[in-house]
Amino acid sequence: MLALLGDYTIQTVAMGAALLGISSGVLGCFAVLRKQSLLGDTLSHAALPGICIGFLIAGSRDIGTILAGALVTGAASALVVLLLTRMSRLKTDAALGIALSVSFAIGVVLLTHIQGGGNASQGGLDSFLFGQAAAILRGDLWIMGGVTLSALALVGLLWKEFKLVSFDPGFATSLGLPVVALEVAMTTMVALAVVVGLQMVGVVLMTAMIVAPAVAARQWTHSLGGMVTLAALFGTMAGVSGAVISATVRGLSTGPLIVLAISAIVLISLVLAPGRGLAWASLRRRRDRRRLAGRQVLSTLYGLAAEHGDQGYRAELGALDTFHGTPTRQTLQQLERRGLVAPVTHAPETTPHWELTKAGFAEARRIDDAPEGDDR
Amino acid sequence: MTEPLHEPQLALHVEDLTVSYEGKPVLWDIDIDIPPGVMAAIVGPNGAGKSTFIKSVMGLVKPTAGHVRIFGRPYAAQRRRVGYVPQRSTVDWDFPTTALDVVEMGLYGRLGWFRRPGKRERQAALHALEQVGMQDFLDRQISQLSGGQQQRVFLARALVQQADIYFLDEPMAGVDATTERAIVDILHRLRAQGKTVIVVHHDLQTVRSYFDWMVILNVRAIAQGPVATVYTPENLRKAYGGQIALIERSTFADDAAPAGGGRD
Ligand SMILES: Nc1ncnc2c1ncn2[C@@H]1O[C@H](COP(=O)(O)OP(=O)(O)O)[C@@H](O)[C@H]1O
Ligand SMILES: [Mg+2]
Repeated sequence: MLALLGDYTIQTVAMGAALLGISSGVLGCFAVLRKQSLLGDTLSHAALPGICIGFLIAGSRDIGTILAGALVTGAASALVVLLLTRMSRLKTDAALGIALSVSFAIGVVLLTHIQGGGNASQGGLDSFLFGQAAAILRGDLWIMGGVTLSALALVGLLWKEFKLVSFDPGFATSLGLPVVALEVAMTTMVALAVVVGLQMVGVVLMTAMIVAPAVAARQWTHSLGGMVTLAALFGTMAGVSGAVISATVRGLSTGPLIVLAISAIVLISLVLAPGRGLAWASLRRRRDRRRLAGRQVLSTLYGLAAEHGDQGYRAELGALDTFHGTPTRQTLQQLERRGLVAPVTHAPETTPHWELTKAGFAEARRIDDAPEGDDR
Repeated sequence: MTEPLHEPQLALHVEDLTVSYEGKPVLWDIDIDIPPGVMAAIVGPNGAGKSTFIKSVMGLVKPTAGHVRIFGRPYAAQRRRVGYVPQRSTVDWDFPTTALDVVEMGLYGRLGWFRRPGKRERQAALHALEQVGMQDFLDRQISQLSGGQQQRVFLARALVQQADIYFLDEPMAGVDATTERAIVDILHRLRAQGKTVIVVHHDLQTVRSYFDWMVILNVRAIAQGPVATVYTPENLRKAYGGQIALIERSTFADDAAPAGGGRD
């Protein structure tokens, strides 16, 4: 394992994956909070024509030109979406969908054109579809690192502005913030994150890297700072573990592994995160259901006691079961533990009976008097 | 600042305002003047353009025609003197932030670029939360607040703005009676300090007891002025049409009783 980490290529891939995790994690948070998860998808698919154009301009697989091309067409597609939604009745999701498919189609056409052209260095180009981590060079890390660092610096500088525009753009406008410019900045940053990840996971899976870390992080924290930090952490964890696994097992490509790793983190977060996780919600529901059953049984006993004019009326278990249409023994035992009911016998019958204790009687009366949903 | 003042004696002066969405006019040739120091209700049926009116005053939607002046100047020159409470439903309350943090947002304009809120901002926000009775919830995640509590947080965010004129969009919609009372008390206190308070209000029944000024809106400005002169069956019928039958029976029936309007 340690020997693995000493390997130069693996180091490079792992560092690239970590950079990807940080940038897409941080920038994805703002996209997700602004309900623009699809934006990452559109931007990354729209990068493909840019990659091809960059290649055509440079005449070779020059990474700087290619990424610049990706950034330009990605940003152009975002602009088209903005114009489409402003100038027509098209809703954002429809506009994003259109921009995605049109630009991806153009990208694929260009790609096949280049591949038919017989240029010797074209070989690497389709690796941008699904990513090819092994092709990353040390020099590429500088570009990725530079992009990540400048995005982080921008987020740090404009932290409160980005927060307010994401939360309440109307109020931000009323304060005089240039909301459109700030939104364009946030969108551009997502395009930057896409560019950082292109070589690693490719245009098709890149959207997962934008959305997934943010979604997972949101489950665990109540503050924006916490969310952004956790998203960066989750992104890095997924990136590095994907890189290391693909290095240990032959024939597994890095990009998809990274996406699978972040998906696992999302799954765990959705189920287990305290408060918001599904497991907790189901626990809470079970507790609520138990409490409701308890209240219903108490109030049945109370009603029976009132009907018979006898506070200590002993109700037969079978009768209670029939009345509620479900076994009530467990509920009664829980109420007994709270000291609200007591098991009794009622000679000459031998079947189990239950009666309200004093506390149970008082509690039942309280429930009876209280209006619906008083204890929220 | 060489532009001459236009109607500076008015807190809000709106002239010939027309706003349209996709070519369909939502507000049509509106003139509205509101003097300083009043608490004004803006009423009208659903879709009458009340929110649009506030938004166009605040520069959130671009009017097709007309102009708006606040104390004689365009809104952009008077931002510091204006406080704003948007409709509660316009934001996502599941946003990862706390009540205190939301209130501090009211100070972002004053803070300026790049600066983060510090001790002074925190104190101001705490004070505003106390005023709305939410001091015990300052660190509460906003999704865990009730609708009424969320509305109070929004009000506190406007209070830290220390404005001279406040615009509130349906602050009493969907809140419990206690919160409604608390909000009205705070707004009355603002008025007592000489501030102008302009409220989109959905409940005709309470207009006379809460407000002293009133604007009836339905695409056009139907009537405006002191509540006592504007709150008439004819005016309301013009705005609400057939729906008014219901309202009339319940609110004009108790005309014999003192309305309790004006300032308390
Ligand atoms: N962003 C928008 N795009 C198109 N139409 C809108 C938009 N916002 C509001 N409207 C329309 O403008 C009219 C007035 O809306 P609004 O100002 O919200 O009314 P109110 O607040 O009085 O209920 C309504 O018919 C509404 O459907
Ligand atoms: Mg409205």
